Amino acid sequence: MQRIGVFVCHCGTNIAATVDVKAVAEALSHEPGVVISQDYQYMCSESGQNLVKDAIKEHKLTGVVVCSCSPRMHENTFRKAAASVGLNPYLVEIANIREQCSWIHKDIATATDKAVILGKAAVAKVHLNAPLTAGESPVAKRALVIGGGIAGIQTALDIAEAGFDVDIVEKKSTIGGKMAQIDKTFPTLDCAACILTPKMVEASQNEHITIHSFSEVSEVKGFVGNFTVTIKKKARYVDEVKCTGCGACVEKCPMKKVPNEFNEGLDNRHAVYIPFAQAVPKVATIDPNYCMMLKNGKCGICSKVCTAGAIDYKQQDRFIEQKYGAIIVATGFNPINLDKYDEFAYNQCPDVVTSLELERLMNAAGPNGGTLLRPSDKTHPHTIVFVQCVGSRCDDEKGKPYCSKICCMYTAKHAMLIREKYPDTEVYVFYIDVRTPGKNFDEFYRRAVEQYNVHYIKGMVGKVTPKSDGKIDVQASDLLSNEQLHINADMVVLAAAIEPDKTARPLATMLTTQMDTNDFFTEAHPKLRPVESATAGIFLSGACQGPKDIPETVAQASAAAAKAIGLLVKNSITCNPCVAHSDELLCNGCSSCEKVCPYGAITYQDKEFRMPDRTTAIRRVASVNPAVCQGCGACTVACPSGAMDLNGFSNSQIMAEVDAICK
Amino acid sequence: MNKNLKEQVLRSSGVNVLKCMRCGKCSGTCPSYDEMEYHPHQFVYMVEKGDIDTLMNSNSVYKCLTCFACVERCPRGVEPAKVVEAVRLAAVRQQGSNHLSPVQIPDMLDEDLPQQAIVTAFRKYAK
Ligand SMILES: Cc1cc2nc3c(=O)[nH]c(=O)nc-3n(C[C@H](O)[C@H](O)[C@H](O)COP(=O)(O)OP(=O)(O)OC[C@H]3O[C@@H](n4cnc5c(N)ncnc54)[C@H](O)[C@@H]3O)c2cc1C
Ligand code: SF4
Ligand code: SF4
Ligand code: SF4
Ligand code: SF4
Repeated sequence: MQRIGVFVCHCGTNIAATVDVKAVAEALSHEPGVVISQDYQYMCSESGQNLVKDAIKEHKLTGVVVCSCSPRMHENTFRKAAASVGLNPYLVEIANIREQCSWIHKDIATATDKAVILGKAAVAKVHLNAPLTAGESPVAKRALVIGGGIAGIQTALDIAEAGFDVDIVEKKSTIGGKMAQIDKTFPTLDCAACILTPKMVEASQNEHITIHSFSEVSEVKGFVGNFTVTIKKKARYVDEVKCTGCGACVEKCPMKKVPNEFNEGLDNRHAVYIPFAQAVPKVATIDPNYCMMLKNGKCGICSKVCTAGAIDYKQQDRFIEQKYGAIIVATGFNPINLDKYDEFAYNQCPDVVTSLELERLMNAAGPNGGTLLRPSDKTHPHTIVFVQCVGSRCDDEKGKPYCSKICCMYTAKHAMLIREKYPDTEVYVFYIDVRTPGKNFDEFYRRAVEQYNVHYIKGMVGKVTPKSDGKIDVQASDLLSNEQLHINADMVVLAAAIEPDKTARPLATMLTTQMDTNDFFTEAHPKLRPVESATAGIFLSGACQGPKDIPETVAQASAAAAKAIGLLVKNSITCNPCVAHSDELLCNGCSSCEKVCPYGAITYQDKEFRMPDRTTAIRRVASVNPAVCQGCGACTVACPSGAMDLNGFSNSQIMAEVDAICK
Repeated sequence: MNKNLKEQVLRSSGVNVLKCMRCGKCSGTCPSYDEMEYHPHQFVYMVEKGDIDTLMNSNSVYKCLTCFACVERCPRGVEPAKVVEAVRLAAVRQQGSNHLSPVQIPDMLDEDLPQQAIVTAFRKYAK
């Protein structure tokens, strides 16, 4: 005989203002098996919990129903309370009479009726609850960081600092990300390379960190604490171990007309290349799209000049498999493509550049050795127009609906640096709003205006027209003086919106993590869990989660590392016992469940069965790996023979709830 | 503020003026800017405020070329030219007479005038 206790919470006035809690307790006291039914002001408080604990002991309860807020809030609280006095925690059920009742109804009578019905359903369910024991699964003491920008580097360094092994997978031939391309950084104007490259070197020299450059993640299996990841090491046609990075091959390579992506295509590189002098790892890579040896077997000069014998034209993609306890995504961002913005003439005129291109044009290691020259005729520009919000804050299919957050600040930086170095240059910035929240940020922007005399104009550029004399006509509105301006410019710089890396979407699918409509990774809670994804064991670092500058990126990177370390220090994690299991006598081995399981938890086995006529038969039946199953229940719905069932949410329990509601 | 007129303009233009973020790109792109007393972004804002009479009495409504550059380039999809057109229609309706009649056409014709211009002129200056 069941002995069930019912506990109805007022939640202050949250529930009690709309639901007659005393009436609910009284109505439920007559349900079968209920031996005690009480109400209390705050059931989750210490005295509320004691009420539940005392009742369990005094009435030797075999089941508990708490009518309160969502189980997401306090199911764990009451389960723990029950366990502390010896009742199996899975014999506790919550009836949600707050979010699903008092908060959404106004009429007291209706809400009270509904609360009673929800309570009855929970009582009916708890009759069929079975005690469950949570298993444990071990945690692999190694982390994987996907993306080697400043976010990925910082996360890896912090995890390594805590003594755990960590691998960085970077798709390009060097780590560093966008920060390696930037010249100087706001708000302090220190040189990006001077603060980044020491961190890159630190990462490469740390005994706990392994860098897989020119590599991609090709498969992810498993679950928190126990991921199995396949990493594709793309063929770079150079032996990473043997190569000393001397650059002899690069110097002698006759194929010199390859657009240099590190300089945003503003100059050329060789078919064999090292992206920049401080690249990590400093290893050459051969570009198979341009290498004449790889394309038609004619050349082979680099292998002749390489004294280390590192060149290997026969190298193939390699795949390595590794186990990880935690995965941190740090895939960063890219500026959007501006092809569709004809009005800015980006594709027509080489002197209309993006801000990232300007970073390279001003960088000492860039195409002009740090002297700002127009790409078209290599002359010094005297009038430069900056356009903010290009493709940001757009409500059309060309752009992005959000503010890209970093461009107001880097535009102020660019304007200031140009005025500092070339005081004879007139600089105009067209803005819609100047958005500079951040420590010392608005002061920085004001300095550009007040100290450097950058002309900030409230308005937008409508049309950019390259002229035959090499100048550029910039037609724009000046909203404050209510006039249309024509500026005879030498260069135009577009602050292009930023978007997540294109590989992020397929990666999210592999990781079963969520993204928003703009393909930024979604955090588990926008306020309280900003660096975790909703999938256990997957963490988010840097601009892949939303536009961010370097200070914010680094802060988030360290936060993600802390969360990952919190997981890695554990020897094992408690598994959810509410997992699926199959009734082998009912299973007909049809594979329906295997196809729908998003976690790959179901496999099939050939098993021997005693048949009713005393013969034995070999039958193919499903079996669930409880460590992999996440208890989503998809298989129980898909199974045509009713063989799959979910612990804690069995078919019979759910039917009992439905019956109780419909009675 | 004339509520009825505002309603009429909003309805006949189909434009949601509240989408405007006041960037001024429409006015930055408008080829007729210097001819107009009120500029495309002002049309949008003044309609939002309900200040329609001022716009109706300004010759700006006839200076818009209906080139749709502002519609094409507005980042928020506001379509200012449709607001200008709606205000013009409101003005023409109120005056109750056409500003152009077919009998005037022969005097205006010259060799360079494209036929399209006549059609456009009727659209702009007649009901
Ligand atoms: C023009 C410009 C100027 C800027 N100036 C400043 C400034 O002055 N100060 C400041 O604070 N911030 C500045 N920023 C912002 C700064 O660049 C970012 O905050 C920072 O780069 C974000 O770092 P991240 O590691 O998240 O992303 P990223 O730098 O984009 O790094 C991501 C890395 O992940 C790799 N990757 C992507 N996808 C995969 C994949 N699927 N598998 C493996 N690897 C992958 C990429 O190759 C890249 O190396 C500027 C940005 C721009 C565009
Ligand atoms: S491949 Fe050989 S020649 Fe080229 S950088 Fe490496 S060691 Fe030097
Ligand atoms: S940061 Fe500034 S320039 Fe960039 S989208 Fe936002 S408002 Fe526009
Ligand atoms: S449609 Fe009218 S208001 Fe819009 S840009 Fe053309 S002339 Fe200007
Ligand atoms: S371009 Fe669009 S958003 Fe900008 S001021 Fe004009 S109508 Fe408003």
